[in-house]
Amino acid sequence: MNSAQAGGSLSIRNVSKIYDPEGANIKALHDCSIDIAAGEICMILGPSGCGKTTLLNAVAGFHGISSGEIRLDGTLLCNTAKPQAQQGPDRMVVFQNGALFPWKTLLNNVAYGPIVQQRLSPKEARAKALDMLGEAGLADVAHKYPGEVSSGMARRAEIVRALINDPKILLLDEPYRAMDALTKAIMHENLLRIYDLKPVTIFFITHDLEEAIFLGQRVVIMTTRPATTKEIIEIDLPYPRDHRVLSSEAFRLLVTQVKASVHAEAKKAFAAGEKERA
Amino acid sequence: MSEPATISSFSLVRLLWFRTLLIFKNPSLHLGILGIFGFLLFYYLSTEAWELPRFEKLPGPVAVLKEWFSPDPMWGISLYTPDYYLHVWASVRRVGIALLIATGLGVPLGLLMGWSKVFKDYTFPILEILRPIPVLAWVPIAILMFSGTETPVIFLATLASFYVTVLNTLLGVESINPAYLRAAACLGSKRRHLFWHVILPGALPFIFTGLQISVGVSWFSLVAAEMVSGQYGLGYLVLNSYTSVTYETIVIVMVTLGIIGYANSALVRLLGRQLMQWRVRALAREKRG
Repeated sequence: MNSAQAGGSLSIRNVSKIYDPEGANIKALHDCSIDIAAGEICMILGPSGCGKTTLLNAVAGFHGISSGEIRLDGTLLCNTAKPQAQQGPDRMVVFQNGALFPWKTLLNNVAYGPIVQQRLSPKEARAKALDMLGEAGLADVAHKYPGEVSSGMARRAEIVRALINDPKILLLDEPYRAMDALTKAIMHENLLRIYDLKPVTIFFITHDLEEAIFLGQRVVIMTTRPATTKEIIEIDLPYPRDHRVLSSEAFRLLVTQVKASVHAEAKKAFAAGEKERA
Repeated sequence: MSEPATISSFSLVRLLWFRTLLIFKNPSLHLGILGIFGFLLFYYLSTEAWELPRFEKLPGPVAVLKEWFSPDPMWGISLYTPDYYLHVWASVRRVGIALLIATGLGVPLGLLMGWSKVFKDYTFPILEILRPIPVLAWVPIAILMFSGTETPVIFLATLASFYVTVLNTLLGVESINPAYLRAAACLGSKRRHLFWHVILPGALPFIFTGLQISVGVSWFSLVAAEMVSGQYGLGYLVLNSYTSVTYETIVIVMVTLGIIGYANSALVRLLGRQLMQWRVRALAREKRG
């Protein structure tokens, strides 16, 4: 729908981040480098509180980095000299606990972006929003408030709210964290279906390794704090994937491989006793 | 409300009937009425029936009701006398103006303080110093500053409500989940969009909690102010009845104040529900489980 959609390659080079509240000197990220191709689903997997969200926040422009460089389609977002990226609709975030505005209906939530960016008139924006909600199977609840629908529906609407802006990259921060396994499975299939309709680069943070393998083309395993890339695992399971993949032999082999790598980090994180950031 | 299948099988009349029955079946209504009667019974027994010590000088409920509903009241104030309504109107009008001023100034000020750190740094300390000063301590200043009897009274009734409104609005802005602000920034909002689409609606629940309290303190300070200056109004009437030893009138005024205050709060709640349908509906869903 928009030519901007074609791009979306993200390059994270040697990024480090030190938090220094009252001299605490917490090293959250250390020399972290990841390259994500345009249109790739890249899963960032690591133990809770390891600094994954710090990386996402740096890409989104919610806070700065201490050193390194992040580029989107070759354009500089931030580096050592300009630590904080400008926030913008080319990088849409879907938040951990959901951030649909509770005072707007799902429809008005989705239409909000194009209206404030003045890309569409309010009338056009609402028409397009209704279309896209319909594609996501949310036409019936379009006029309800987020508090009236299930968390699964709300999360789906939030992804629609992100996609309506034709972002280059979708940044998902453990969006299905609080869901039960069955709902999660449905959400996964739904996300892949949306991705098929509208391929967009996906930067997906999770600590659920089956989720990471099921969704991703590549899984980037992070060490515990300070987070850096430990290992990158290619997931060569064919798309379209559905729940049957979960019981395949190839899937189980991948789980074993990833688990071995992540488990050591999880143990270290547990021993360090880091408080999880909600 | 979102069970269309059940509702469509009802006719509208039956639905209304069903809802009315539901109200009367509601145990909290029964208990509330029981509570009021219990209080009245105690009041009657302690004053008119047994004349307990400390209570024997008070006018009992029967005497008060007789006076209140008498077309020809002994002390000049009842439901049938125009004077009663003049006093009520004087007070209602003053509180109405006071609440309008307090809300009209307090809400924007609170929003601004929550929105701009610099503005808050300027204004918050002075507000916190002025706030603990009791309304009655302002009486001389109010009389010096404003001419006549009307403006000082309104000024005093505004003061306390104003502080409550500002603080609650500020608290409301600060209570907004930062994820909403981040999401709004991601979606390409400018600062003015943030203000109208996130900060104002996000603070609304707290603003209305503040208004509820503000209604209460406004009546409270109004009556105090009317006792000091004024020739009409319910506060003035209380003091006047005390000096002219017409105790039934005092109780009539007190009950009137209670009823008007209750209606006033109910009105604010109703307005809040109208403006925050999103909240009402989400809460209804939670209750249903």
